[in-house]
Amino acid sequence: MRKSTTLNLGTGTFVLLGFAALFFLTTQTTSRGITFFTNPPHYELTAKFDNIGDLKVGAPVSMSGVEMGRVTKIAFDSKEYKAVVSMRIDARYKQIPTDSDASIYTQGLLGGKFIGLTAGGAETYLKDKDQIDFTQSAFVLENLIGQVLANFTKNAGQTDSGKSKTDAPAEPKTSEKTK
Amino acid sequence: MKLLKEVWLSVFESLVGLGAIVRFLLRLVAEAPRALLRLDLIAQQVYNSGALSLVIIMLSGLFVGMVLGLQGFQLLQRFGSEEALGTAATIGLVKELGPVVTALLFAGRAGTALASELGLMRATDQISAMEMMAVDPIRRVVVPRFLGGVIAMPLLAAIFSVIGIYGAQLVGVQIMHVDAGSFWSQMRAAVGLSDINEGIVKSCIFGVACSLIAVYEGYYATPTAEGVGRATTRTVVTSAVVILFLDYLITAAFL
Repeated sequence: MRKSTTLNLGTGTFVLLGFAALFFLTTQTTSRGITFFTNPPHYELTAKFDNIGDLKVGAPVSMSGVEMGRVTKIAFDSKEYKAVVSMRIDARYKQIPTDSDASIYTQGLLGGKFIGLTAGGAETYLKDKDQIDFTQSAFVLENLIGQVLANFTKNAGQTDSGKSKTDAPAEPKTSEKTK
Repeated sequence: MKLLKEVWLSVFESLVGLGAIVRFLLRLVAEAPRALLRLDLIAQQVYNSGALSLVIIMLSGLFVGMVLGLQGFQLLQRFGSEEALGTAATIGLVKELGPVVTALLFAGRAGTALASELGLMRATDQISAMEMMAVDPIRRVVVPRFLGGVIAMPLLAAIFSVIGIYGAQLVGVQIMHVDAGSFWSQMRAAVGLSDINEGIVKSCIFGVACSLIAVYEGYYATPTAEGVGRATTRTVVTSAVVILFLDYLITAAFL
């Protein structure tokens, strides 16, 4: 009797652990996750971007490098042809001026995208369901390379007429774009 | 000429061996429904193969995850994308390391136990005795052990992966100070259900392969002390090769 109790207990614990692990893998490590923990108090903001690059749901939203919330939904506005990004901001950070702007940045060189907020100067603050009007699209590497290439070809075309003149102003122009 | 003949003989023998093991598998599958009536026997084998392997699997998973965290961090740091550590560790664990390392450990821990147990039963004539009593030893002894292993293996692999992810998180987030939010959110964005499925399919197939090899080697062991020893060794060696070979096949199939 005793032996069979430990046996049952051991088998039961093992099987339970195993299924808990499977459950964890399928729900907690993938995007189809179920959130069990009730979210801390928060409010929602939206922003429309021309291009969000590879911004994903769950990406951080930060201001001055401090994380304030997460991206919760990405939708498409078929009238304006823009991406509508919904984000959930922690209720601790209530005082975001209404004229703040949202830009999409990249974490590290190859890292994912995140939204950086820059505070504006208004006295009124964004409330739940408000929209951030000033946005700046994701920095798309291909576009930049295209611009640089276009600049180069333009330079090459101009160098035929006057070499010394065009070289000097062209360089700061490209570096300006890389910023 | 003599060499050719020897090569032919060894090919012939391995073909016979392969055929025998496949037929053994078919026989086990055919007996499985009736063996399912004795759930208590299967539960006992799940305990033997699974619950008793839990400690070694959890410890190995922790250390494998921690090493992945360290190595992944070192590598990703060069590209300035440490935040991808969660993704790298999870994909590595769930798709490859979890099923494969678990199966190798399983072959070493549970497979050898199965093979030597069955081999000793054979050597001490317990199997013959059952046949005399009109008890089918395959149904009564072999199938529950086989099914126990098949059930235990995917669960063990899942536990290994989860502990490994926490090991990577421990090193990456607590020691190397990768942002915990990015660690998890990038993981969730990049890991899909298909990755998890691949891991589950792999561990199920490895479970069948490992358990089959173990019970086959044990059941047909030469009934001597030496034979049992050889059966145990062959279980580990064959399992390891078969697991790695199958791993390649399944990975290629999932691409």
